[in-house]
Amino acid sequence: MSLAKRIIPCLDVTNGRVVKGVNFVGLRDAGDPVEIAKKYDDQGADELTFLDITASSDARDIILHIIERVADQVFIPLTVGGGVRKVEDVRRLLNAGADKISINTSAVQNPQLVAEASGRYGAQCIVVAIDAKQTGPGKWDVFTHGGRNNTGMDAVEWARRVAALGAGEILLTSMDRDGTKNGFDIGLTRAVADAVSIPVIASGGVGSLDHLADGVLQGHADAVLAASIFHYGEFTVRQAKERMAARGIEVRL
Amino acid sequence: MQTIAVIDYGMGNLRSVAKAIEHVAPGARVIITHDPAAIRSADRVVFPGQGAMPDCMREMTASGLRDAVLEAAASKPFLGICVGMQMLFEVSEEGDTPGLGLFAGSVVRFPTGKVGADGLILKVPHMGWNEVYQARAHPLWQGIADASRFYFVHSFYPVPKAATVSVGESDYGLHFVCAVARDNIFGVQFHPEKSHQAGLNMFTNFASWNP
Repeated sequence: MSLAKRIIPCLDVTNGRVVKGVNFVGLRDAGDPVEIAKKYDDQGADELTFLDITASSDARDIILHIIERVADQVFIPLTVGGGVRKVEDVRRLLNAGADKISINTSAVQNPQLVAEASGRYGAQCIVVAIDAKQTGPGKWDVFTHGGRNNTGMDAVEWARRVAALGAGEILLTSMDRDGTKNGFDIGLTRAVADAVSIPVIASGGVGSLDHLADGVLQGHADAVLAASIFHYGEFTVRQAKERMAARGIEVRL
Repeated sequence: MQTIAVIDYGMGNLRSVAKAIEHVAPGARVIITHDPAAIRSADRVVFPGQGAMPDCMREMTASGLRDAVLEAAASKPFLGICVGMQMLFEVSEEGDTPGLGLFAGSVVRFPTGKVGADGLILKVPHMGWNEVYQARAHPLWQGIADASRFYFVHSFYPVPKAATVSVGESDYGLHFVCAVARDNIFGVQFHPEKSHQAGLNMFTNFASWNP
């Protein structure tokens, strides 16, 4: 027995509340972040990811207080992303109790941020989030700004580059699958996971527990992330782990 | 009321460590401190560390805490976590950094390209929940089942010269030591503050440990 594959519930947070929408349209309130974090913790979540989708930079400090409150009560790793632009943003989130910081658009605009933050705080706390869309057979491009801007960069190449820059982990989201419940983009996940020597978290498209197992077994992901299947009580994290274990995947039960 | 000092030399977030101890030892005063006098007067000391060992050693020395750390490690319940544990060894491959030399042996990097049981390349850092095999009984393992999973995130691991100091071991492509102990010192490669109930149990044990 060895390292367990991780299940990571993701909480999209804005103005102090967890919300869930499809492609940023029609956001629905899904509850209080601290309560939801505790619930997933009780269910056996291996980590939690918070994505701050607050549009206004004025309201950014709200996430710091949420992370502080969660970190006081939940003793598993916490990843926080959304709007991280400077090394100072990384520092403030780490001090609030985050263990890992996820950088997305800013990594594309300023790759040196990844190197700097990793150099200062260690690769173990720097996650680079990659939003990818298929542009051809076996070809995916990196998108930014929630999937609106095509950077023209190849996702696999970008993954290799951020690993070399000092990222400790990659959070890989398929923009094609996000919100569809049709399962991960296995081709994308596998292409990236096999290309880099750092852990890859698969994200986007989970609609069933078998999708999570597929991400690991077929996509070679080290961890799987999902939001909606957990938020509305369709499945518990525990059920997800039991299903993965039944498919022969090592999990922490 | 006992005081538990978490040593702060500017490397990383210590809040989680302090909060986890407060959670299990509400009767203790938990302080995050860079004051040598406060470390000297504390009943127990936690020595964390995050990031790269060369930076940790440099910052710890620059903070003027080296003597206070060595004194604490020689005299009272002392818990090293992650790089805080690695720094107790003689030397690390990471930047060829000399450590404090309290344990004979070195700290080395996981080899790249090693293949796991599923035929896939093992990723480095070793990140996630892995089983910890209790190499021998120790008061800090009390109430924690053998092979419980703890949360790891690291690329380097210790290789003690004396097998007798190993109290915990784990597997990641190779068998490695992830917990060491001697007298009043206990050191772990994993993060008890992020290891849910198993980690909280370890802090409970540490708060009442009388070596």
